[in-house]
Amino acid sequence: MHSKLQKSYACIVNFNRILKWKLLILKVINTFKICKFVFIRYSKEINQKLMKNLLEINNVVKKYGDFTALNDVTIHIPKGSVYGLLGPNGAGKTSLIRIINQITLPDAGSIILDGEKLAAHHIEQIGYLPEERGLYKSMKVGEQALYLAQLKGLSKAEAKKRLHYWFDKFDISAWWGKKIEALSKGMAQKVQFIVTVMHNPKLLIFDEPFSGFDPINAQLIANEILQLRDNGATIIFSTHRMESVEEMCDEIALINKSNKILDGKLEDIKRAFKTNTFQVGLKTANPKEVEDALKENFKVTPADFKLLHKGLALNVQLNENSSANDLLTFLTSRGEVQHFVELIPSANDIFIQAIHKNN
Amino acid sequence: MSKLKLIIHREFVAKVRNKSFIVMTFLSPLIMVGMITLVVFLMRKNDEKAKDIVYVDNSGLFEKTDFEDTESIKYTDFTALGIIETKKHVEEGSYYGVLYIPKKDSLEILASAVEFYSKDSPGLSLMNTLENKVETKLRNKKLTNLGIDLEQIKASKINTDIKMFNFSGEESSKLINGLKIGVGAIAGYLLMMFVMIYGTSVMRSVIEEKTSRIIEIIVSSVKPFQLMLGKIIGNASAGLLQFFIWGILLFVILSVVSAVFGVDVSEMQANSVSSEQLDAVKNASSGDKMQLIIQEILRLPILKLFVLFIFYFLGGFMLYSSLFAAVGAAVDNETDTQQFMLPIMLPLILGVYVGFATVMNAPHGAVAVLFSYIPFTSPIVMLMRVPFGVSWTELAISMALLLVTFVFMVWLAAKIYRVGILMYGKKATYKDLYKWLKY
Repeated sequence: MHSKLQKSYACIVNFNRILKWKLLILKVINTFKICKFVFIRYSKEINQKLMKNLLEINNVVKKYGDFTALNDVTIHIPKGSVYGLLGPNGAGKTSLIRIINQITLPDAGSIILDGEKLAAHHIEQIGYLPEERGLYKSMKVGEQALYLAQLKGLSKAEAKKRLHYWFDKFDISAWWGKKIEALSKGMAQKVQFIVTVMHNPKLLIFDEPFSGFDPINAQLIANEILQLRDNGATIIFSTHRMESVEEMCDEIALINKSNKILDGKLEDIKRAFKTNTFQVGLKTANPKEVEDALKENFKVTPADFKLLHKGLALNVQLNENSSANDLLTFLTSRGEVQHFVELIPSANDIFIQAIHKNN
Repeated sequence: MSKLKLIIHREFVAKVRNKSFIVMTFLSPLIMVGMITLVVFLMRKNDEKAKDIVYVDNSGLFEKTDFEDTESIKYTDFTALGIIETKKHVEEGSYYGVLYIPKKDSLEILASAVEFYSKDSPGLSLMNTLENKVETKLRNKKLTNLGIDLEQIKASKINTDIKMFNFSGEESSKLINGLKIGVGAIAGYLLMMFVMIYGTSVMRSVIEEKTSRIIEIIVSSVKPFQLMLGKIIGNASAGLLQFFIWGILLFVILSVVSAVFGVDVSEMQANSVSSEQLDAVKNASSGDKMQLIIQEILRLPILKLFVLFIFYFLGGFMLYSSLFAAVGAAVDNETDTQQFMLPIMLPLILGVYVGFATVMNAPHGAVAVLFSYIPFTSPIVMLMRVPFGVSWTELAISMALLLVTFVFMVWLAAKIYRVGILMYGKKATYKDLYKWLKY
């Protein structure tokens, strides 16, 4: 009898113990869950803050039937930069841009925008000015801009507010009620630019943005683009005009025949492409002698720039174990140095060289 | 969803604001009514002037009573003058022509020897009248010669009129059968016209987006499928709006007409016209015929027809306009569309022809039923059959088939559309279209 009671008591105690344990475990699990939730939430934000790249294109492949338009292309575009997407006609730039815009889907590879896998809702964070562009000809400027803004997810009121801001900025408010067909090409291009940027996208893609603009308006647009970058937007810039690449791009990628053949900071690429060649101009009594002496230590080719005074004008390439100072020391010992400039390859040179090498 | 709404709204507004839409909507019913009035007026005007015809009867078979003046022909006897003189006289005078009945040995020879001279070539109806006149006279003459009493023949004539009933005891008249054919034909034909007009309008709008190069901007904001669907729905709504306006105008015109002819519209709608009333109306003067027709129109299952018209219009339009959209996407300009247009137009036209050929004779025959099931012709053929009463099972099968096909075709067309809209400067072939399906 007694033992039975004891047993049942023990049983209750046991049960209580188990219950306690269970509660404890549950508590621990809950805490863990909360921690995990907080961690994921903050890690996402931290991740976004720490993310150097706004857009990461990883191993993207696109095929049209038998034709490969993009072959395993990987490009990382840093936040807040102007990124030049360069390449000859038909290299695959437009295919890539269309994939970023989700107009077409890649056959393989992934695209990460600001730490998230590219999805339909990102459309609102991207602004795209295509090379082949136009507007509804018989629609009024204001109505059309409102329509396109609303398609990008802006409310009608918000779109109106922003449009008025941009129209005032470009001083084109008088066009609001005009039909597109009544505007000149340059005027329509301005409207087009506004439509592209008005929803304040994180990522802006400009494909030949200056075509159709006169130099004054082209400069206006260029400044506007740089302003947008300074305000935090990231810009992909595709063009064949190398001087604007020089002027605007922080980084570039070069695509040729469906492959990326080059990418990185413009300065780094220039450094990699430079040949350590200097243009030198020297005022000297006996140029022939100096030139022969130079040839002993350096690779010398004739140069075709004009010197103010009569003298020696040459392109001199340094050897592996000589520095610019060595050359300069040598020159100062032989005469008066008038001209000493390192030949840095232009974007144009790099483009042509890289494509030739690749072909 | 809201993007789709935006697109529908834009397409609808763009279509409705178009001048040609406004003109078509409000002017064409007026033009139609005006044209009908004009034709009726001209026909009356044309008949108004009676023709003066002289006759020279050398056979002596005809009597004065055989040539009684009618509204359109006045006869004058010139037998005394002789044919040569009469011809000269008529040629110079104001008479219209000369009917010359020569003297012949037998009636058979005479039958093909009668001549008619006139300044211009006479109308068909005039010649028919004259031929009938001569033929009746000669036949009667021959019957008398054979010893048959004309009175007996007259007495033996019986007018037959088979009255038609359906099993619910309603009497149907031949008039209503004609009306059913008419209403069905109009509905089917109207549907074909709508599909063609609004289908090509969808196609043109796609081509416009391609040539103006806005397409790339739009598809970077919305899915091509949304754009295509928005376009189709926007145009369909514009079409429906036009149809409603036409319906209202028609109702107004009908009301005016029935008011003029004194028909109480509200009573008609009760669908309670007894057969005695009908008979009474039938026997009444010709002015009341209009009243009868309006009555019969109102006896048709108007609501059912209306709802089915909307359904088949939307179904048929969606089916075809998705194809039109795909064609628009495949080409760069309208002139290139022709090679793709024929296969789209063919079933539409086939539908109308099959409808006219089979439904009129046998609305529930095998061919008519078959074609009212095939989704590419069913909107037209089924609409033609509906006034004759189609069972709900048949309707359900036909509608279900149409729905399934339409969903499939929209899906298929969207695939072509998706690729085609971004292809510039290349004339697509059927092979290309097939390739695009697999992208």
